[in-house]
Amino acid sequence: MRMIRRKILGALAALPMLGLLPHGVQAQDKIVLGEINSYTRLPAFTEPYKKGWTLAVEEINAAGGINGAMLEVISRDDTGDPATAIRIAEELTTKEGAVMLFGTFLSNIGLAVADFAKQKEVLFLASEPLSDAIVWSKGNKYTYRLRPSTHMQAAMLAEQAAKLGKKRWATVAPNYAYGKDAVAAFKAELTKLQPDVEWVEEQWPPVFKIDAGSTVRALEAAKPDAIYNVTFGGDLAKFVREGSLRFLFEDRAVVSLLTGEPEYLDPLGGEAPEGWIVTGYPAVQIETEEHMAFMEAYEARWGEVPKTGSIVGYNSVLAIKAALEKAGSTDTEALLAAMEGLEVPTSPTGPFMFRAADHQSTMGAYVGLTAREDGRGHMVDWSYADGADYLPSEEDAAKMRPAE
Amino acid sequence: MGFYFAQLLTGLANASSLFLIACGLSIIFGVTRIVNFAHGSFYMVGAYLAYTLVTTLPAGIFGFWFSVIAAALIVGVVGLIIEVTILRRIYHAPELFQLVATFGVVLIFQDGVLAIWGAEDLLGPRAPGLDRAVRIMGEPIPEYDLALILIGPLVLAGIWLLFHRTRWGVLVRAATQDRDMVDALGVNQAWLFSGVFVLGAALAGLGGALQIPREAASLQMDLSVIGEAFVVVVIGGMGSVAGAFVAAVLISVLNAFAILIFPQISIVLPFVVMAVVLIVRPYGLFGKPGSEHGGAAEPEQPLRLMSSQGAMVLAALVFALALSPAVVSEFSSILLVDVMVATLFAVSLHFMMGLGGMVSFGHAAYFGVGAYAAAMTVSFLGFGMLPAMAAGPLAAAAAALFFGWFCVRLSGVYLAMLTLAAAQILWGVVFQWQDVTGGDDGILGVWPPEWASDDRVFFYVAFVACIGGIWLLRRVAHAPFGYGLRGIRDSELRAEALGMDVKLHQWMGFALAGAFAGLAGAVFAFSKGSVFPDALSIAQSVDGLMMVLLGGIHALAGPIFGAGVFVLIEDWVSRLDYWRFIFGAIILVVVLLAPDGVAGGVERLLRVLGLRRGDAA
Repeated sequence: MRMIRRKILGALAALPMLGLLPHGVQAQDKIVLGEINSYTRLPAFTEPYKKGWTLAVEEINAAGGINGAMLEVISRDDTGDPATAIRIAEELTTKEGAVMLFGTFLSNIGLAVADFAKQKEVLFLASEPLSDAIVWSKGNKYTYRLRPSTHMQAAMLAEQAAKLGKKRWATVAPNYAYGKDAVAAFKAELTKLQPDVEWVEEQWPPVFKIDAGSTVRALEAAKPDAIYNVTFGGDLAKFVREGSLRFLFEDRAVVSLLTGEPEYLDPLGGEAPEGWIVTGYPAVQIETEEHMAFMEAYEARWGEVPKTGSIVGYNSVLAIKAALEKAGSTDTEALLAAMEGLEVPTSPTGPFMFRAADHQSTMGAYVGLTAREDGRGHMVDWSYADGADYLPSEEDAAKMRPAE
Repeated sequence: MGFYFAQLLTGLANASSLFLIACGLSIIFGVTRIVNFAHGSFYMVGAYLAYTLVTTLPAGIFGFWFSVIAAALIVGVVGLIIEVTILRRIYHAPELFQLVATFGVVLIFQDGVLAIWGAEDLLGPRAPGLDRAVRIMGEPIPEYDLALILIGPLVLAGIWLLFHRTRWGVLVRAATQDRDMVDALGVNQAWLFSGVFVLGAALAGLGGALQIPREAASLQMDLSVIGEAFVVVVIGGMGSVAGAFVAAVLISVLNAFAILIFPQISIVLPFVVMAVVLIVRPYGLFGKPGSEHGGAAEPEQPLRLMSSQGAMVLAALVFALALSPAVVSEFSSILLVDVMVATLFAVSLHFMMGLGGMVSFGHAAYFGVGAYAAAMTVSFLGFGMLPAMAAGPLAAAAAALFFGWFCVRLSGVYLAMLTLAAAQILWGVVFQWQDVTGGDDGILGVWPPEWASDDRVFFYVAFVACIGGIWLLRRVAHAPFGYGLRGIRDSELRAEALGMDVKLHQWMGFALAGAFAGLAGAVFAFSKGSVFPDALSIAQSVDGLMMVLLGGIHALAGPIFGAGVFVLIEDWVSRLDYWRFIFGAIILVVVLLAPDGVAGGVERLLRVLGLRRGDAA
C-alpha cells in the first residue's frame, strides 16, 4: 500500500517534468507559425492586429489551407520585454516546431527578434515595428518587414509639407529611437524638397510622460509657421488638448505622423484636430473591391471596424501564405528564396511586394487631412501612397545594410 | 516676462497634480511603513472611475465635481478592502514584505482595468466652466490649470487641519512617531491604519480623477506616475506632507523651465534632483532622522551552517541540474539558463539586502552595466565571450564602487531611493547616448562563439558562472567579512565600537553585490544575443526585489526559491489570457500563506511534517 502511494505521489510530483521533455513528432498536415507581440503592454494596438491575423488564418484554413496543410499560429505575449521575447522565440522554434516567426510591435523587440532570427537561422517577418534599422542599418538575411517604415511615412508627409511652403518648422517627438528617426527622416526629406526651410525648435518629451503644457509653451515661444508632430497615444491626447487650449494650432499648419490611424484618432473623439496632414487608415471610406470584402468579413467576425493593426495582421498572413505557396516547402532556405521579391498580388490595401535588396515591403499608407464630424475624427481628401515611391532605390538601400 | 510667468504657472499646475498623488503615498508610508506600489493603480482607477461618472452623469459643473469626489471616495473604499483583506494580515512580516503584496495588487488592477474599461484610451470632457484659457500678461493660461493651482494648497491645508485639529489626526501623528507607544496607550491600531490607508488611497483617486480634463485615462497611467510620486515623497522627506508639496513644486517648476533649454532632460530630471537632495540632506528636505525605517522587525536568527544532510541534498540538486541538459529538451535548458541568471541576480541583491541590510530599489543598474560592458567588449573591442564575461562584473563593480560610496552614507528607504536614482540616471545615459550604447535600439549580435553556440554547451557556461557566483556569495556570507556585514546590519553602533570601519565594510559589500549582479548581466547578454536599456530598468530592479522578498529575506536559500518560483511561474502563466491577474493572485496567495517568504514557508512545512526539528521560532 505504502509503495503504491509513493509511486503515485512520485508520478504526480514528476508531472510538471513532462513539460520539459522534447515534444512529440509534429503532424504533417499543419504548418505552425510562431507569433510574438506585446499583448499586455500595448493592448490598444495589438488587439486589432491579433484579430486581423486570426481572420486571415481562419479564411485560409476554411479554403483548404496551404497545399492541404492547415495553418496554426502559436501566439505569445512578450510582456514588452525583449529578453522575454527571445525566450519565447526560442521556445516557438525549438519546442513548438514553428517554421517561421512573425509579429512584434515595439522596435527594440523587433530588433531583438531579428537578431535572434539571424543567429538561429529562421525566417522572421517583422509585422508592425517601424524602425528603419530593422531593414537597413541592422538588417539581416533572415528578416523582412511588412509595415511602411518610419522613413517611408515621414517621406509621404514631407512631400505634402513641401507644398505648404512654410519656412519656420518646429518638431515635437517622443524621446526614443522611433521619435528620433521620424524627425531625422522628415528633416532630411523636407530639406531636400524645400532647401530654404528653417528648423526653429525641437521638443523631446519622454514617451507616455509628456508634460504637455510646458511642451506646448516651448513650441509656441519659437513662433514656428508649422509643426511636425510624432507624439502618439496618450501623449497625443494631452498635446492636442493643451495645444488647442493655448491656441498653439491657430493659423499654423500641423503635419503629424500616424495620427490618422484609428488607434490614435478614435480616442481623441470630439477633440480630434482639424486640417492636420497625417498618415493613417480611413477604414470605412476605402471602396476597392478587396478592401470592401475584407471589411465585411472583419465586421462579421469581430463586430467592429478594422484598425491599422487589423490590416497589418491580415496582410502579414497573406504575405506568409504567398511565401509558403511560392516556396512549396517549409524549409527556411526555400522560404528565404521565396521571400526575395515576393509579390502579394491582392490584399485589402492593394498589391505589394518585398524588395530583394532591403527586405522592405512596398505596402503603403493613406495620406490625408484630419476632419471632425459628429464628435469623431476621420480622414478627408486622402489618397493611397504606394510605399515603393517613398523608398530609396534598391541599390542605395542595399548600401545601407551591413555586409552579410 | 509674461512668458516666464506663464511657464511658472504651468509648472505649478503640474506640481498640484503631482502633489495629490504623492501626499497619499507619504501619509501611508509615514504611519503604516508600507511602501505602496499600488498607489499608481489607485490613481489610474480614480481616473477611469471619474471618466465613467463624468460621461454618465448629466454634464455640468455639479456633475463634474460630484464625479471627481465620488471617484475618490470609491477608490478609498477599494483601498479599505485591500487593507482589511491583505495588508492587515502581514504588518508583522519582515520589513518591505508588504511591497510584494502591493505589487500583486498592481498586476491584478492592470488586468482588471483592461477587462472593465477596454484597451483604448478614454479621453474625458474638459471641466465644465473651466474649459477655456484666460489671458494673463498676454499669455493664454487654461482656467483648469488655475483651478489645480488652487486645489493643491487647499488639499494640503485640509490635511494639515485634519492632522492638527482632530483627535484622529493627533493619533495618526503620534503613530507616525512611535507606533508601539500609541498601541500601549490603548489606541486601536488596526482601525487607525485602515483609516490612514483609506485616506491615502482616496487622495490618489482624487489625483487621478482630477487628471480627466487634462489627459486620457490610459492603461499606462499607473506605472508612469509611481516612480515620480516616490521621488517626490523622498525629496520631501518620508511622511512629511508639506515636504511632498515643496518637492512637487520643485520638480515640476524645474522641469517646466529645463525643457526650454535642454528638452531631453525630462527623462532623468526628477531622479537627478532626488540624488542631489539626498546627498546634501540624507533624510530629504523635511524628513527627520528615524523616518527611514520600517516597523520593528523580529530580530533575525543567526545564520547557521548547513547540516550535513542539507548539504547532501543541495549537492544532489546541483548535480541533477548539471546533468539536466542530457535529459530535458533544448528549450528547457534555455529556460534553466534564465532561471540561473535570475537566481544569481537575486542572490546578489539578497547579499546586499538580507546580509548587508541595505535595501536596493535599483540593483538592475549593475546587472545592466554588466550586460552592456560585456556587449560592448564584444562589439567595440572585438573580444570573445570569456573576456567579455570578465569585463561585465568588473565594470559593474566599478559602477557599484562609485554609486555605493554615496549610497552607504544613507540608510533605510533613503538608501534604497538613492540606488533607484543611480539606476535611473544610468538608464537615462544608456537610453540617450545613442552613438555609444545604441540608445533603445540596443546592442545586437552578442551571441556566444561557435564552440558555445549550442544551447547545451552554453548551459554549462552559464552553469559555471552562475552556480559558481552563487557558491562564492554563500561562501562570503559565512566568512568573517559576511559576519561583519551582518553585525553592522544588526547594530551599527556596536560594530563601530568593536573597531570596524562600518562605512568601508558596507561599501565593499555594496560593490561585491554589484559585481555579481554584473556577472549575471554578462551571462544574460550572451544568452539573449542583444542588450537593451530594459536591462537597467525599474522593472528589472523590481523583479529582483520581488524574487528576494517573495523567497524570504531571512534565509540564504530565499532568493534561490524566489527566483525559481518567479521565473517559472511567469513563464508558465504568461501563456494564458489575463495572466497578470492570475500572477498577481498567485503572489497574494503566497504572501498570505507565507508571510516569511517561500523559504520560511518551506521551513515551516518541513517542521509540520516532522522532517526538521523546530529549534527556531
